[in-house]
Amino acid sequence: MPQKKISIRIDGELVTALEGQTILQAAQEAGKAIPTLCYLEGLSPAGACRICMVEVAGTERLLPACTTPVQEGLAVTTVSARLTQYRRMTVELLLIERNHVCSVCVSNGHCELQAMATSLGITNTRYWYDFPTLPVDMTHERFVLDHNRCILCTRCVRACAELEGANVWDVGGRGIHTRVTSDLAQPWGESPTCTSCGKCVQACPTGALAEKGAAVEEMTKRTDRLTRLAGSKRAQP
Amino acid sequence: MKKVKVATVWLDGCSGCHMSLLDIDAAVIALAGKIDIVYGPLVDAQEFPEGVDVTLVEGAVSSLEDAHRIDLIRQRTNILIALGDCAVTGNVPAMRNKVPVAKLLQRVYVEGADTGKVIPTDGVPALNRHARPLQEFVKVDIHVPGCPPPAKAILGLLGDLLEGRKPAANPKVKFG
Repeated sequence: MPQKKISIRIDGELVTALEGQTILQAAQEAGKAIPTLCYLEGLSPAGACRICMVEVAGTERLLPACTTPVQEGLAVTTVSARLTQYRRMTVELLLIERNHVCSVCVSNGHCELQAMATSLGITNTRYWYDFPTLPVDMTHERFVLDHNRCILCTRCVRACAELEGANVWDVGGRGIHTRVTSDLAQPWGESPTCTSCGKCVQACPTGALAEKGAAVEEMTKRTDRLTRLAGSKRAQP
Repeated sequence: MKKVKVATVWLDGCSGCHMSLLDIDAAVIALAGKIDIVYGPLVDAQEFPEGVDVTLVEGAVSSLEDAHRIDLIRQRTNILIALGDCAVTGNVPAMRNKVPVAKLLQRVYVEGADTGKVIPTDGVPALNRHARPLQEFVKVDIHVPGCPPPAKAILGLLGDLLEGRKPAANPKVKFG
């Protein structure tokens, strides 16, 4: 059955969207870029990072574009001083929460968090750095998990569950103590479910998941391959 | 025209930001006609002078001495610039923050040394518990991240300030 067409407004412009689409999908099809971090095309949306927050007429609350479905007559604002302010605050909070020492990171120059900070014009954080003591899991034969760089976007969790079907990754703990965990919070190298496919590494927007042996600036990610894989999986009967 | 008084300061950093400043190459000649470098590792002055127009500070605040220095610099400076990631975020010097100071010094100067296993105390200031960015101690007017910030970004910033323009956001400047 063809999806029902509905009309919404994005930044004042009348746009045709399909029922069941999210605000983000409708905006992208209309050629409007909404900044995202935890969203990866092909994976289910999580609404974890709050970068894609938009203003929706009729509600005071900001809503994440990646998880909010479109409705007939919806009027969305994707660019405003208020949104920029909140997006900056969100990225700054991500920067202070862990030890993202860009200068010595494998993903320096290829990092989505770093690029987001630059594109939002962030030159410093308004908050004090937390400098937490965090572990680095080197137990896997080929890959490294560095909690210092993790922003808890859960792209690894979703890539592993939805594309590989291995369900190695999950999120454990609460609040500031939240960490991604492999299996039952075991060392990654001892995971009986990990297939060593590396999809989580490719999905990771920062240097939190990387290939062993990569030096500073050497780790580039191919998220496009995951998107393509997800597309071909969907196309299968 | 009166020359603009510029100072540069080297706190807990590697001097790479000063190297980047020197990397402006030939532009230094034109710049020299407009500014006087009144203090810093590149000149002889022993005491931070009064009435400095612009101070570029490299490095994090890592000791009580650093904290006293940055206080004095703030009092005597009109525009204070945090130059580079160490001054802006703590960067590499702050990577020691998770290790208690006594343990850190023991590891480096005793366990890590082949000879002369002594923790130095003479002529070096005692380390604070943390190395932290400038803005946690004093008001910083302009932040220039980068490890190091590109020479062009530093030159562009100084050019803006000398001509009384509001410094333009530089798309080339990034953390790391």
